[in-house]
Amino acid sequence: MAHSTYIPEVAHEANQAQIAHRVPLLVRLTHWTFTLSFFGLAVSGFAIILAHPHFYWGETGNILTPPLFSLPLPTMLGGPSGWGRSLHFQSAWLAVVSGLLYVISGVASRRFRNELLPAKQEFSLGALRSCVADHLRLNRLVQDDGYNILQKLAYLGVVFVAFPLMILSGFAMSPSITSVFPWMVEVFGGHQTARTIHFFLANLLVLFLLAHVTMVALAGFTSRMMAMITGRPAARKEMQ
Amino acid sequence: MSETLSRRKMITRGIAAATGVAGLIAADRIAGAYGLIPPDSGGVWGPGETLTYAAQRLLMSHHSMAREFNRSDVSKAIPVSGEPPSAGQYKELLESSFRNWRIPIDGMVARPASFSIDELKRMPMSSQITHQACEEGWSFIAEWHGVQLSHVLNLAGVSPAAKFVVVYAYDGVWDSLDLADAYHPQTFLTYGLNGNELPTRHGAPLRLKVARQLGYKSVKFLSRITLTDSLKSVGNGKGSISPDYGYSWYAGI
Repeated sequence: MAHSTYIPEVAHEANQAQIAHRVPLLVRLTHWTFTLSFFGLAVSGFAIILAHPHFYWGETGNILTPPLFSLPLPTMLGGPSGWGRSLHFQSAWLAVVSGLLYVISGVASRRFRNELLPAKQEFSLGALRSCVADHLRLNRLVQDDGYNILQKLAYLGVVFVAFPLMILSGFAMSPSITSVFPWMVEVFGGHQTARTIHFFLANLLVLFLLAHVTMVALAGFTSRMMAMITGRPAARKEMQ
Repeated sequence: MSETLSRRKMITRGIAAATGVAGLIAADRIAGAYGLIPPDSGGVWGPGETLTYAAQRLLMSHHSMAREFNRSDVSKAIPVSGEPPSAGQYKELLESSFRNWRIPIDGMVARPASFSIDELKRMPMSSQITHQACEEGWSFIAEWHGVQLSHVLNLAGVSPAAKFVVVYAYDGVWDSLDLADAYHPQTFLTYGLNGNELPTRHGAPLRLKVARQLGYKSVKFLSRITLTDSLKSVGNGKGSISPDYGYSWYAGI
């Protein structure tokens, strides 16, 4: 069944099974608005860094204090990055709205619980080891029985840890927001620490994106893209 | 069956879309009436700027205080961006130690006035040890001494119709604050830094200090304060010279 070839219009039963695995409209919609906002955030984030590619730890940091590390880039490359800020916040609004819609619908529809919450037995050393081994050998990348443990942990980590921390460390850099919620910056130990963590998290999320796109390509780019656009994978299997 | 279902779906979606559009128009009207639309809300970045400004004005208290620090937290040295004004008028004032410098406050006020530095220093002095972040990303902590802008505004008697305080500087910079930030207790006209006179490069003789916004809102080398009910006819109509360089009017970020 899992590896059978079929034409949805005629194979009624297969079609029914497929409907159950359809990517819901809201997930597809928010996936692509989020993609757009992610690129906006990444590009503008880099433009902002170009103005001052030095990172510090603690509350303050400037050219007269020793940095934690610096990127090998000249200061103020490309001139003032006002457009970077504007694009960053406009994209952030789109990201937060898309992300919230996705999370709320995922919780309300029990999608997170059913598809992403790992079962206890998935945490056994043997299961983890075989999953990692499969990944290293690029085995069993297309599975019809849902996400594997590494996928579940990666998605849960990105949705419920990395992005919330990203938003929080962003808020921590706002003098207006921290005047109302000082804990948002204090929890990081300072404005510049929050900025540095924001940068680390951004790198982590870009790495996640690269892994995500690589896995999509390995699993069958056209079929996966069709699934995320139309809701159904392309009828033709690309990988056996 | 499926046809009626899809028609019903379409009608529902149509109603939802119409409600959405009507809601957006209503939201725009209400936001305008309550001062939630920034003066630089036009253009491609307008939606983001407006959402940020409106959300912060709605969710944040007008009197939330920027974090204050101890003297031991004060940065040993403060980098400066930009040079003192090169205009001859400023040079003359600087050479005479600002003896002839006076700052007028005019526009929509009951009692237009002007003050010398000594007169400002005789007003109740306030201090704050706050963190200032530059738009570029660097930051420092410093102690600022000055008079609360609200004190000077009250002396001049701001008209109930006024909505913005516009400030001008000797280096050609100009900017404006809404009344929430203008009357905020940590918004100062500063003449002192870390227990000393305000150094020339930090904006002598008088610098605006807006604790809840990025550094570029704290305009240096002040030359004039004026009150207005609309920024449309002031300069570029965007409330500040900053949008000309790509920076937003509102810098609470």
